[in-house]
Amino acid sequence: MVNILEQPRRIHGGLHLRPNKAQSLREPLRSAAVPQRLVVPLSQHIGEPAEPLVNVGDTVLKGQTIARSLNYIGAPVHAPTSGTVTDIGEYPVPHPSGLKATCIVIHADGEDRGTDTGLKMADVFRADPADIRQRVREAGIVGLGGAGFPTAVKLNPGPQRKVELLVINAAECEPYISCDEALMCNHTQDVIDGVRIMQHALHARQVVIGIEDNMPAAVDCLRHGLEAAGIDDIRIARVPTLYPAGGEKQLIYALTGEEVPSQGLPADLGIVCHNVGTAAAVARALLHGEPLISRIVTVTGEGVRNPGNLEVRIGTPMADVIDACGGYTEKVERLLMGGPMMGIALPGDQLPVIKTTNCLLVASREEAPPPAVALPCIRCGECTTVCPAQLLPQQLYWYAHARNFDKVQDYNLFDCIECGCCAQVCPSHIPLVQYYRFAKTEIWDLERQRARADQARQRHEFRLERLEREKKALDERRAAAKKGLDKRPKAGDADAKKAEIAAALERVKARRETQQAQARNTDNLTPEQKASIAAVNRRRATHDSSSGQ
Amino acid sequence: MEFPTQSSPYLPAASGVNRLMLRVMLALVPAMLLMFWYFGWGVLFNLGLAGLTAIGAEALMLMARRRPVIATLYDGSALLTGLLLAMTLPPLAPWWLPVLGAGFAIVVAKQLYGGLGYNPFNPAMVGFVVLIISFPLQMTLWPPPTGLLSADAMGLVDTVRMIFGGVLPDGRTLDSLTMATPLDTAKTQLGLDYTWTEIATRSLIGHFGGYGWEWINLACLAGGLWLWRTRTIHWQIPAGMLGALFVTSLLFFIADSDSFGSPMFHLFSGATMLGAFFIATDPVSAATTPRGRIYYGAGIGVITYVIRTWGGYPEGLAFAVLLMNMAAPTIDYYTQPRVFGHEEK
Repeated sequence: MVNILEQPRRIHGGLHLRPNKAQSLREPLRSAAVPQRLVVPLSQHIGEPAEPLVNVGDTVLKGQTIARSLNYIGAPVHAPTSGTVTDIGEYPVPHPSGLKATCIVIHADGEDRGTDTGLKMADVFRADPADIRQRVREAGIVGLGGAGFPTAVKLNPGPQRKVELLVINAAECEPYISCDEALMCNHTQDVIDGVRIMQHALHARQVVIGIEDNMPAAVDCLRHGLEAAGIDDIRIARVPTLYPAGGEKQLIYALTGEEVPSQGLPADLGIVCHNVGTAAAVARALLHGEPLISRIVTVTGEGVRNPGNLEVRIGTPMADVIDACGGYTEKVERLLMGGPMMGIALPGDQLPVIKTTNCLLVASREEAPPPAVALPCIRCGECTTVCPAQLLPQQLYWYAHARNFDKVQDYNLFDCIECGCCAQVCPSHIPLVQYYRFAKTEIWDLERQRARADQARQRHEFRLERLEREKKALDERRAAAKKGLDKRPKAGDADAKKAEIAAALERVKARRETQQAQARNTDNLTPEQKASIAAVNRRRATHDSSSGQ
Repeated sequence: MEFPTQSSPYLPAASGVNRLMLRVMLALVPAMLLMFWYFGWGVLFNLGLAGLTAIGAEALMLMARRRPVIATLYDGSALLTGLLLAMTLPPLAPWWLPVLGAGFAIVVAKQLYGGLGYNPFNPAMVGFVVLIISFPLQMTLWPPPTGLLSADAMGLVDTVRMIFGGVLPDGRTLDSLTMATPLDTAKTQLGLDYTWTEIATRSLIGHFGGYGWEWINLACLAGGLWLWRTRTIHWQIPAGMLGALFVTSLLFFIADSDSFGSPMFHLFSGATMLGAFFIATDPVSAATTPRGRIYYGAGIGVITYVIRTWGGYPEGLAFAVLLMNMAAPTIDYYTQPRVFGHEEK
């Protein structure tokens, strides 16, 4: 049984950071112009990339599905505006790896013509949750808080689980980011509708919206909206402003006093947590038929002339968004996607805005200075004090540094949420989070290698076993044949030999006939199947030629 | 446009090792000034000699190890080690005593182990222990805490001649220049079957912790509280150490108030406060888990009391710190905090 605390709790550890949100909230929320060219990545979420449904040269309409997802954990992608597909290929995307990924490039025709997406539901509050989930999935909605986990999956608690509490994460604890606040103040109705749809889809007994207590405007907007609609079963809880109070596990702890088990999910406690922006996206899809083709992006920092919050189409190049905010100032030094604690430093501004781009922080040298030279750890323990997961970051660092991956797991490396508090307070300026990420990827890699080795070993053992079995069978057959040889008519008996040959021919003929009688699975193909076989063969051919074979 | 990339977080650093070391040195200044006031010019020579030797030794070792010299010296840790050691040395000690102690602390106890962050033992205390074991006589050269302005006090010139030349001022003997410390007095007198009540009335014992010493300890306490307020040190080690020292001495004092010193005397004499706030709190060699720090501090408090009361030396802090340094990794291992989302172990 989960209960919402009367007074939200203070999370463990954490940091008081300067919020720096006012600069982007000075101007009202506005829409960025639709750019001429949009680059829409096929992977903007956790899970497998989507598969393109369009070809180069196709005309697409705004809201049209241009890539579908066949995996349960995945999300389709929609055309952000109407226009022509000019390329499907590898383009740089905002990802920490800095690698390229497959994108669909659309040249806008400027008309922004829409299509009926079929997402709209007539009576959503009486609809079957399975229908709601299906449409949320078709709308391409993923967690907009930053992680991008497919929302439909999180709206499915499973048949065994009852949802006691739906937590709407509106804490927005990272400095500079204000897109959720702008959303709550400007699209209050969408937020409330979305929360109610989620409440209905999950059969959630209680609903609470968690907001940091330094966002009174957002609280007022929501409160008025709820009052006007006469809704009294959605609570608003103000959590103490302390980074990272907006982390999922931290927010749940602050609101309920319950700890999500290590390696577990909130669902283990009967809790489901969704970002407030995600809720609004659900309302836009199911009530207005709009798939996820735009989002609110905070553009801020001393490096941009007019900071603000903009409604931006997915696929818009970041440079266009920054231009829409008056362009760069001379102080620009660094471009971050996300906040200054957990964001990604981007190598350039030609990358597209994606579903998880909550903030573009165009930072000055003062705001995001180049990394200081790291000194040895003096074990001061300041990191322990601020760690919200109650880890011992100094010990994790020690063992990660020494590549002692067993020990680093003993110290619960995988409970680290990479919030960056430890690195922020470290007097030795050690990039601690980088060490933890390194250790995590090394461990994942080792596990993959181990799994591969296990598989190879198993295969080898099976092969040996099979060879042994075959050898035995062969020996037996040989022995039997030898025995049979003795029983056969003696050589020189021509008639008997002829009869034997005739019998063998008869057997071969019979076998051939039965084989031909059976239809093969390559017979009777539909045109589509034939086309896809041809496509596969073509791909193979090009692959072989490209790999120089 | 193109931009440099790096790993998160990106905000400007909130603190630095050199800032921490500087703050510790600042917090030490009131106690240094009081020591100078009570014990005279020798204190300044000790501070200067030990500080300079520490910096010099660090520079030489860094050069030998091919490490950046200036950038590393800038962290301030070597100077702090020298100053802390100097605070524990007798003010009339010959010049080579602080030099040897600081040199050994930096070269052997710190740099040979890999420098800042890698030394398992508190360098200043290693230096102190080496000196007190090797040169017990020179380590007793404490003048009476009569103050700079008293008629008996040695002037600057006399002090220089004594420290650097080993020449005693005209008509003075070593016995007339030096005097047992309160801890030493308490130990020998209790050993001679005087009761604590008798000993405590002597002027040397002062109001509660030894004449002069109690003020130096109060200055260390004030500096230490400031360090805690500025989040330079954590409260657990001083609280653990002072708490354990207080409780242990109180128990014995209640049981037999004739043969054991009072808890107040133990808290405010010798190097108690310096140890609790400035020496035991050296993070490199201390326990690092929140609960572990309390046990670590408590261990130092108890061992200090045991050595002071039954051991061979009047002051046991340095040995207590080194013994607990050895125990620190084990303490850390067994006092890991419960991680978020894990069951209580």
